[in-house]
Amino acid sequence: MDVLEQLAKTFLDWEAMAEVIPAMLTVGLPNTLILAVSSAFFGCVLGMILAVMGISRNPIPRWIARIYTDIFRGLPAILTILLIGLGLGPVVRILTGSTNPYPLGILALSLMAAAYIGEIFRSGIQSVESGQLEASRALGFSYSAAMVLIVIPQGIRRVLPALVNQLISLIKDSSLIYMLGLLASQREIFRIGNDQAATTGNLSPLVAAGLLYLCLTVPLTHLVNFMDKRMREGKTQKVEPDEAAAIIGKGH
Amino acid sequence: MSEFSSGTLTAKNIHLSFGSNHVLRGIDLHVPKGTTASVIGPSGSGKSTLLRVMNRLIEPDQGDIFLDDRSVLKDNPDELRRRIGMVFQQFNLFPHKTVVQNVSLALSKIRKMPKDQAHAKALEQLDLVGLKHKADARPGNLSGGQQQRVAIARALAMEPEVMFFDEATSALDPELVKGVLALMTDLSKGGMTMVVVTHEMGFSRNVSDTVTFMDGGVVVETGPPDQLFTEPKTDRLKGFLSDVL
Ligand SMILES: Nc1ncnc2c1ncn2[C@@H]1O[C@H](COP(=O)(O)OP(=O)(O)OP(=O)(O)O)[C@@H](O)[C@H]1O
Ligand SMILES: [Mg+2]
Repeated sequence: MDVLEQLAKTFLDWEAMAEVIPAMLTVGLPNTLILAVSSAFFGCVLGMILAVMGISRNPIPRWIARIYTDIFRGLPAILTILLIGLGLGPVVRILTGSTNPYPLGILALSLMAAAYIGEIFRSGIQSVESGQLEASRALGFSYSAAMVLIVIPQGIRRVLPALVNQLISLIKDSSLIYMLGLLASQREIFRIGNDQAATTGNLSPLVAAGLLYLCLTVPLTHLVNFMDKRMREGKTQKVEPDEAAAIIGKGH
Repeated sequence: MSEFSSGTLTAKNIHLSFGSNHVLRGIDLHVPKGTTASVIGPSGSGKSTLLRVMNRLIEPDQGDIFLDDRSVLKDNPDELRRRIGMVFQQFNLFPHKTVVQNVSLALSKIRKMPKDQAHAKALEQLDLVGLKHKADARPGNLSGGQQQRVAIARALAMEPEVMFFDEATSALDPELVKGVLALMTDLSKGGMTMVVVTHEMGFSRNVSDTVTFMDGGVVVETGPPDQLFTEPKTDRLKGFLSDVL
């Protein structure tokens, strides 16, 4: 019994949780969402540029995209965040006078996300049948118009589930920017739980943080599954018989 | 069907290689305004490639292409493709757009028609192929024959001077072939200049004005259908006809 009580006190101390939850919801949650959503946004913009470079017929942009992707996918997230957050900090201070590490955290997360999202977009675009580009070009669309109007929109649709997965990763990885030393008002969910756990010597605030993360990520995971399922079913739509064969050329 | 503002298409001495694969070895093709030329030949003989070169989806290595006696190789290829409609074996409709959007997209984006005007014109074209009632459906919900007729409407909406068909009925279930062939026959009779790559010997024989038999990247025989189908001169054409007929 003692052991169970001890465990419950360490992990499920409701009072310790109740104490930290207001700050977690009013400060931590918005910051986590700002970090994840804004880096997902910038990651998508940069990722689309990388994807288009990656399928270019010119080898130079292709190689640039390749090298970028290899570097940012190959490094541990924590290392990238530290190098960019701490390394660029002084540069930004000289240029703008700002010592705020928060934008640099977003930058680091965006750069990493772009490497993954770029690959997701590229595979989506390349999965679109070549006949789509050919038919568009046969109508008289330029290469870029055909890509923008026809090929890329279809490619994006196919990878929406993978993009939501990327958002889930960003929600979790945004916790890593605690390394950059944020102001109290800039702390995200993990940092608030961690600070409280450190001051109280009790892990329950971290458990509360974990529950809050799950509240964000589990619905998104199910959204991914739902989208996956709908896309698969969308492929086997019912086709009606060709009832109009008799009225060809005559209108009706 | 109404008259078309069609043009005369001529290809002269077209050569094309994919790497070391010399696919087109000096092709000549002359399609006078308002006539239908069918192109037949065994798989891999270069029929599809010839169509793609003639609307410059692929640039020829050598040779020249004329539309109404003017060489088009120096023009912007996008401009040339706007004058030539193309229909593919796999339809290649845009699955993320509705049927009517498939037809109106190029009108609004390329012809710069106002949206409502492009929409109205697209509906008109769909009506001509008997599919106005499917305007708001997605291509994926249509049968193959219906999809191909939408693809034909999409090409016709641009008011092309020439139409290319690359085995337009080969991917269709047998019972759907007739409808698409009937539509192509109407176009041909309506005065459209057409180049039709086909395995449908009935169409080639009864509808087209000239038949061109290709094999190994060259034109082996060309002439009126009666001549080619009843008195083939070469062994290659005789062999081909005995295989397909
Ligand atoms: N994009 C390409 N790259 C490389 N080789 C190609 C390409 N397209 C076609 N070929 C080759 O060119 C040759 C002619 O192909 P093409 O598709 O024009 O033949 P086809 O007469 O249309 O045959 P089918 O009746 O099977 O459609 C074939 O050997 C083919 O492998
Ligand atoms: Mg072919």
